[in-house]
Amino acid sequence: MSKHHIRVTINGTVYEDDVDSRTLLVHWIRDGLQLTGTHIGCDTSACGACTVVVDGKATKSCTMFAVQADGRQIMTVEGLEEDGNLHPIQEGFYEKHGLQCGYCTPGMMMAGVALLSRNPDPTEQEIRVGISGNLCRCTGYVNIVKAIRYAAEKMQSAEQVTVSVGEGGE
Amino acid sequence: MIPGSFDYVTATSLPEAVTLLEQYGDDAKILAGGHSLIPLLRFRLASPSILIDINRITELEYIQETDGVLHIGALTREAELDSSTLIRNRYPILLDTSTGIADPTVRNWATVGGNLAHGDPANDHPATMLALGASVVAVGPDGQRVIPVEEFFTDATFETTLHSNEILTEIRVPAPTEHSGGAYVKLERKVGDYAIAGVAVYITLDDGGLVATAGIGLTNVGPYPIKARPAEQFLLGKPLDDAAIHQAADLAAAASQPTSDIRGPAEYKRAMVRTLCVRTLRKALTRIH
Repeated sequence: MSKHHIRVTINGTVYEDDVDSRTLLVHWIRDGLQLTGTHIGCDTSACGACTVVVDGKATKSCTMFAVQADGRQIMTVEGLEEDGNLHPIQEGFYEKHGLQCGYCTPGMMMAGVALLSRNPDPTEQEIRVGISGNLCRCTGYVNIVKAIRYAAEKMQSAEQVTVSVGEGGE
Repeated sequence: MIPGSFDYVTATSLPEAVTLLEQYGDDAKILAGGHSLIPLLRFRLASPSILIDINRITELEYIQETDGVLHIGALTREAELDSSTLIRNRYPILLDTSTGIADPTVRNWATVGGNLAHGDPANDHPATMLALGASVVAVGPDGQRVIPVEEFFTDATFETTLHSNEILTEIRVPAPTEHSGGAYVKLERKVGDYAIAGVAVYITLDDGGLVATAGIGLTNVGPYPIKARPAEQFLLGKPLDDAAIHQAADLAAAASQPTSDIRGPAEYKRAMVRTLCVRTLRKALTRIH
């Protein structure tokens, strides 16, 4: 057994801790940091409930050790909302009824956010492929796809507003 | 499902990784993408005393074609193959393969080298690399050696000819020549599952349209990744017409050694090898110009 000192930035906050080499990232996030929005489903990298974004990449946190995250930037579902305002992807799930029991939702949203960061205007098919590592047993996925599409449109129009405001100010 | 105890060390360079492997030998396992290894640790099917994490050795992540050879760094993530223009344009068989592996989130970490070094006949790259006639580069304390993929796998599951003090660093694929093309088709129950069966083919035609080289690899239909040699031999010198395609597919099915399990009875899988072989040969033909 070995202990390792790690320093990880999660949702903009730096966390330092001593972790066992065998501690999985998801257990450290949930039990160590009490960020329980990240869920555990299958425990075997099949279901995607534990998906977080590590250095910009959607990552199944049940299949990575906490020690591997040393020095990395992580975003969890708790990092989506800003100053009490829902992130467009959260708003999308709310508006489009993208959840029923909600268990898969944090993972779905993080997979969705990672998808939109590299493909801001995905087709329905690209969204379906993008979330194919995340299982939902309630919705049949239709409204989840709509929710991510909603977020894409919202984020793109927000960008246009930002751009035009910027131009106006000059 | 918490893994047993182990020590953990990060290697930041290839020489450092080799030194650590030499130091710990059989007690060590290389941790790359970890999407095969970590589940094994969690189920306690493997219990190495130390993991050597190579994820920070970014010099092992590259895809480049030079002097007629495609070089893929062993730590290259499957997601990099998915999005590479070079792979899309020149090596569609590799795109067929990578996009069928697990799911996009897993592919953000899963590596090409790991997919081969794990020695799992259910993994997808082994069949493709057998069809392509690829080689792998192994680096150890005595330097590097190049191993043809057909000599990399043994007749035992999860076994390769990599020594315990060696690390797989690169995969080398011959660049496509004129009139060559290939395809990989995987039949799976759902995204993220291993193949019920998978077939990879790579064909070169001569100027007269006859088969000059043929490579056929099979996924998850035997204890090790299978190279369907009788089917390859049969095709040589023949036109790739329907009759030849069907006969080669029969020979590929005969070369498979499936067992009955949750993914279906052996006879079904053998029939699927036949069907998939027909499909991949036809698909390869459409890619030959």
